[in-house]
Amino acid sequence: MTTTTEVENKPDKEVIELENVTIRFAGDSGDGMQLTGTQFTNTSAILGNDISTLPDFPAEIRAPAGSIPGVSGFQINFSSRDIRTPGDEPNVLVAMNPAALKVNLPDLEKGGIIILNSDAFADLNLKKAGYEKSPLEDGTLAGYRVIAIPLSELNANALKGLNLPKKEAERCKNFFALGMMYWLYDRPLEPTLKWMQAKFQKKPEILAANSQALRAGFNYADTTELFTTHYRFLKANLAPGKYRNITGNEATALGFIAASQVAQRPLFYASYPITPASDILHELSRHKNFGIKTFQAEDEIAAIGAAIGASFSGHLALTGTSGPGVALKSEAIGLAVMTELPVVIANIQRGGPSTGLPTKTEQADLLQAMFGRNGECPVAIVAPATPGDCFRMAFEAFRIATLFMTPVFFLSDGYLGNGSEPWKIPTIDKLPKIGIKFRKDPQGFHPYLRDEQTLSRPWAIPGTPGLEHRIGGLEKQHITGNVSYQPDNHEFMVRLRSEKIARIANFVPEVEIFGKPAGKILLVGWGGTYGAITSAVEAMQGRGESVSSIHLRYLNPFPKNLGDVLSRFEKVLVPELNLGQLQLLLRARYLVNAVGFHKVKGRPFKISELIGKIEELL
Amino acid sequence: MSDNGNPSNQGTPVLELKRQDFVSDQEVRWCPGCGDYSILAQTQKTLPELGIPREKFVFVSGIGCSSRFPYYVNTYGFHGIHGRAPAIATGIKASRPELSVWVISGDGDSLSIGGNHFMHVIRRNVDINLILFNNRIYGLTKGQYSPTSEFGKKTKSTPQGSIDYPINPLCVALANEATFVARSIDVDVKHLAAVLTQAAKHKGISFVEVFQNCNIFNDGAFKHFSEREFREDRTINLEHGKPLIFGKDRNKGIRLKELSLEVVELGKGVTEADLLVHDAQAPDPSLAFMLARMDYPDFPVPVGVFRSVGKPTYDELLEAQVQDSISRMGPGNLEKLLNSGDTWVVE
Repeated sequence: MTTTTEVENKPDKEVIELENVTIRFAGDSGDGMQLTGTQFTNTSAILGNDISTLPDFPAEIRAPAGSIPGVSGFQINFSSRDIRTPGDEPNVLVAMNPAALKVNLPDLEKGGIIILNSDAFADLNLKKAGYEKSPLEDGTLAGYRVIAIPLSELNANALKGLNLPKKEAERCKNFFALGMMYWLYDRPLEPTLKWMQAKFQKKPEILAANSQALRAGFNYADTTELFTTHYRFLKANLAPGKYRNITGNEATALGFIAASQVAQRPLFYASYPITPASDILHELSRHKNFGIKTFQAEDEIAAIGAAIGASFSGHLALTGTSGPGVALKSEAIGLAVMTELPVVIANIQRGGPSTGLPTKTEQADLLQAMFGRNGECPVAIVAPATPGDCFRMAFEAFRIATLFMTPVFFLSDGYLGNGSEPWKIPTIDKLPKIGIKFRKDPQGFHPYLRDEQTLSRPWAIPGTPGLEHRIGGLEKQHITGNVSYQPDNHEFMVRLRSEKIARIANFVPEVEIFGKPAGKILLVGWGGTYGAITSAVEAMQGRGESVSSIHLRYLNPFPKNLGDVLSRFEKVLVPELNLGQLQLLLRARYLVNAVGFHKVKGRPFKISELIGKIEELL
Repeated sequence: MSDNGNPSNQGTPVLELKRQDFVSDQEVRWCPGCGDYSILAQTQKTLPELGIPREKFVFVSGIGCSSRFPYYVNTYGFHGIHGRAPAIATGIKASRPELSVWVISGDGDSLSIGGNHFMHVIRRNVDINLILFNNRIYGLTKGQYSPTSEFGKKTKSTPQGSIDYPINPLCVALANEATFVARSIDVDVKHLAAVLTQAAKHKGISFVEVFQNCNIFNDGAFKHFSEREFREDRTINLEHGKPLIFGKDRNKGIRLKELSLEVVELGKGVTEADLLVHDAQAPDPSLAFMLARMDYPDFPVPVGVFRSVGKPTYDELLEAQVQDSISRMGPGNLEKLLNSGDTWVVE
């Protein structure tokens, strides 16, 4: 927290202008922490701050109340300058109960602020959190600024007049806390009040209670002597344009819809619910007026099977899942490779292997996307770098899939999917073109004819007279597409399918270098690590160090200039939330001595961790 | 995007279609004498009579001997992966309801590896025709027992006899409330053609089990009731609205006795009026289920249409939701969608 200037406000309360704060809201999974965090985020975004968020919730829907596994958190970093990550360490922790305090205290910065609900620090809750003595009394919190507030009681008093059952009233306390935080960080209540009005339109008593709790929290903070200061932020210096706050999964869904609109082909989304990809299914199923058909399949295999069927029929076919689902889909992805049909497979990665860490992030499915099928089975891979970038890369996935008649992996992750940032709304006219031409002419038609440039085969959809043909998973004879077991033909086709994917590199942008085009260290990242890597590199550049970075959005094939860029640096550092998957590919492909930096804790990189590693290499 | 991938209207003239139009240029590679030939021939004979342009047919299959079928029919075809044909077909039909979609499958493909999809395509009432070639053996992998093989069957993988209890495909279909359930036999070509025609005309899922002889690995699996000399005595053809009579002399019937079925001889105090009258359109599938469980030697083996009821299909319901969304919210506007929610402008 950097203090810059002091501004005048009410005579009794000081206002301090800040540049950057990271707050973490933490409570029981039933306490509405995700909601509270999201509201704080949206309000901050509308105020013009730059934001970045990290929701962190358990896989259990409602673990026992007050228990350690039931703790749900939402971290938001907001700033008057350009930020790229949800922040390394929270400056402020809002803890609704002892378990939330226990889980999150180790992350809080030294000397940070803890705002806690003292009513929840009773014997039973303390025991459930594994505290023998109250941390409020035994010195655990020495060195922090603790603001203990009887939140439950204050909230109950505020709602007294409404005659709500006690349990219902208690459920509003997150809005009381949110109201306090709005006062503390000088945010207006209106955006949340407006949201409440829409959300609880049909439940006027809940609407009244929640809005009253929010206001009461705000007023309490204004009047209590516990808070002597509040903080103000200037607008961030974002590029001009119209913005909205967006999560990665929302941006992903919008990117697919945009591709469908630009291509003028309806979208068909087949999916089996899985964390953290289900939001895409929810989002797309709300927009059927775009001609979108969503199909909640009986399993992962059926989902991609239906997508392949829809692709054969001429739709923009999409299936979405996470790593375990991809494992189930792999045979069918091979079928799409063999039949050369465009299908986009969105993998919102999570911690693995097996069921792993369903709600935590990881990027350990890159090699699965590259190689996780039988036979020589190349598939194009794209990966977004930020929540907003999900829009662009989802769109790209379909552009490539339809241009090359191939399945394409869209590799996002839980951090990107659930995280959010201000998103500059794109201009539709400036989106790339997706021109789809179905084959209509029976003259000279063969299902495995090739386009000279892309090597793609014609898309000949059922219903077209004279183009009746059969495709399938057996090896195809070049051109005719008839089943062929001929040895030379098989080798020819294996090489052709590989060459087809390689040629995608002619149709995607070269990689851009952040920093000088040559030097001592080049960081190479992909996926959701963009924010942390770029911020760390920027910090090192600020110190005058010879450090640059590139971020790969196209992972198969790699951009054409990648080998050249790698060769211009003395050292190549590849930070990944896995044990070195991109590192392995780069070493194999370019014979470069790439060094890895690996973290697999279900959490994103901290900027400081990366700076530490770079310092070590310098 | 109102154009739903619809091809031009000038298709192959429907009236002129002949059986030969549905024969592809691919050499048929089933073993000589295989029951599949008969099913292929009857299908190719049935298709031109349906009044559907050739380019609107799509045949989808999984893996197994039966699943080579699409290669031999000169329509659009998709040879999928093991057990997944119903999923692929669902994608085709749900995205393009105007197509006539057929799934060709076998007992292993539908009831073993693809059991899940089999169940769900039926329960959703996707408007496709699902023809299951039941030869009670794994042919393409050279002779292991299948989920419909009889208990105790000795095969390469069960030298001491199978200890799996067999599954009855009709019962699975009925348990999932299939709206059309029928059975025929490869050697009874006229009956087979008639059943296929009825299946094609039914709107909704049409499930047809065809007893199909594998003359290499399970020869004669059905001959104890399917041979011409005693077929009429050992099978019974279910006809809607007619009493359940069978036998060469039409002198035997099926009667409902309390909660079970029994075989009775006509005469000797039993008249046609005592017999069960087949109601394929009964909303409750329980009687169809009882009929499906009849088996030789205690009963004649039932063939024909067990059930044929109407119910909205998945593909039309899905299309209706799209249309409903358009009429409620207006056609999708990308500009509006991207700019929805709380927005702000940075100057």
